[in-house]
Amino acid sequence: MTVIELRAATKSYPGGVHALRGVDLRVGQGELVAIVGPSGSGKSTLLNLIGTLDRPTSGTVRVAGHDVGALSDSRLAALRARHIGFVFQHFHLSPGRDAVDNVADGLLYAGVPLKERRSRARVALERVRLGHRLSHRPSELSGGEKQRVAIARALVGEPDLLLADEPTGALDTASGEVVMQLVHELHARGTTICVITHDHEIAASLPRRIRFRDGAVVSDSRSGEAAS
Amino acid sequence: MTGRVLKPARLTAADVLRVGAVGLRARRTRVVLSALGIAIGIATMVAVVGLSMSSRADLMSRLDRLGTNLLTAEAGKDALGQEVKLPKNAVAMVERIGPVQQATATAQVDVRIRRSDVVPEEQPAGVTTQAARADLLTALNATVAKGRWLDGAGERLPVTVLGAVAAERLGITEPGEKIMMNSRYVVVVGILSPVELVPQLDRTALVGFPAAEQYLGFDGHPTTVFERSPDASVDDVRAVLARTVMPGNEGSVKVSRPSDALAAKAAADKGLTGLMLGLGAVALLVGGVGVANTMVISVLERRQEIGLRRAIGATRGAIRLQFVTESLLLSALGGTAGAALGAAATFAFATAQGWAVVVPLWSLGGGLGATLAIGVLAGLYPAIRASRLEPTVALHAA
Repeated sequence: MTVIELRAATKSYPGGVHALRGVDLRVGQGELVAIVGPSGSGKSTLLNLIGTLDRPTSGTVRVAGHDVGALSDSRLAALRARHIGFVFQHFHLSPGRDAVDNVADGLLYAGVPLKERRSRARVALERVRLGHRLSHRPSELSGGEKQRVAIARALVGEPDLLLADEPTGALDTASGEVVMQLVHELHARGTTICVITHDHEIAASLPRRIRFRDGAVVSDSRSGEAAS
Repeated sequence: MTGRVLKPARLTAADVLRVGAVGLRARRTRVVLSALGIAIGIATMVAVVGLSMSSRADLMSRLDRLGTNLLTAEAGKDALGQEVKLPKNAVAMVERIGPVQQATATAQVDVRIRRSDVVPEEQPAGVTTQAARADLLTALNATVAKGRWLDGAGERLPVTVLGAVAAERLGITEPGEKIMMNSRYVVVVGILSPVELVPQLDRTALVGFPAAEQYLGFDGHPTTVFERSPDASVDDVRAVLARTVMPGNEGSVKVSRPSDALAAKAAADKGLTGLMLGLGAVALLVGGVGVANTMVISVLERRQEIGLRRAIGATRGAIRLQFVTESLLLSALGGTAGAALGAAATFAFATAQGWAVVVPLWSLGGGLGATLAIGVLAGLYPAIRASRLEPTVALHAA
């Protein structure tokens, strides 16, 4: 089953900036993929496209079987609510609310009632091994714990795809290792994960690496296998 | 994989409120300050309406108590500018008008009043003397505050009853003291409470008709005739009153209805109420601008939060709803506080004035309605701006 499929996808911005110049890419269910490249290589644009936060200028992007270019803004929102989980470099947690409420927000726009949101949030926090931090606010958590809360929020809806944008970028080495260990665990349990990073060490630890430069794929460690 | 049709879920009303409140809880000082503007506007309007209604209710009950069926016929000037004198039998003639139930009179008496003979004669005390018939008090629904009225023998004796203001000006606080009328000491036997229907009597010293004739050189002609008739016949009596009092010279008699003056006061208060309501509306408008301003800034500051919400599946509509709800909650907060404040102010002031407290429900409802309308209007533009932000903003570095 294909979770992400890009065909000749391009993205241009006004003023003649070509951020993506025809990308073909397939990511199957259960894969753990690193998208690597220096800043300006177009990997953030790629993240916007496969996260359905933006539409391609030309070509097609399909996520979880849906053609992103053909969906209206509100259907894209529904696609994100049900099929995609995001993890950001700077966590983006709501400061005044505890871990459970922050994680429960991951289900807010999927039409899940409050009680169920909270109970599922507790389960997700257990999964990221933060069962002892349920009622802590972000200001009472370490950086690594905050990122684990953010991962729980991305996971709580059991998305088809987890997108992590520099998940260790704002963390010290030890916390970063804990987070990456968690990523591997989730992968082992079958979650499809895309990690966008410019850190080669992290990329090297992942089973599949797609290298980007100047808006195009320069290498894909398992392209042959993925295409078949 | 899941079904092919993607339909965004609707938030429940409780979730909409919860999400709207999150933004407010995070910025309490700002919330209080911008709600304050709305609160001041609403409090002003509720208090103005409440006070004007309370004062009108009080006036109405006073009019009810005093009666609106009292007419006066007052001697004026004739065509040549000469002061006219009402005939001595004017009261008897008025009593002969069919519906008239009660008639009485007062008369201007030219007397100099002093506190004592030490006060120079040229220094007027600002108090005039009037002869009054013994039945004046009941006809006017007036009451004696201290001492007694000019009834029985009092009508014929050289004694006086002072109006409330007259007593104050002469420095008399208790009956039994003496004042000087012309060059004669006269005992004050009573002090009246303020006469609400005919306030000019408050500034007079009243003497019985026979006493005035005997001791003060009064000629016995009344100046003002008062009468009461059933409410339904007031207009009929009014039509014939001048002619009855002064046959053949009715143009020189001024007929009026004292309760009209009180009613006119209520109408004048209405104008002031309108002005104050206008001021309240301006305050409310300024409050609304404050809320809009707060919301615009809030949207600018919360681009990341908006981006995050879009990333976790909020539609543009959900973002719009969130900010309109936030603005609505913000102004509802101010509106509720303002309505409570306005009602409390009405209660305090009306109670201090001895009025019945009237806070009309429509003013509270109207105030809250205006608040909600302002909340929506103030929140709409910022909400639309928020919903137009690209979802990708969440990904850009903090």
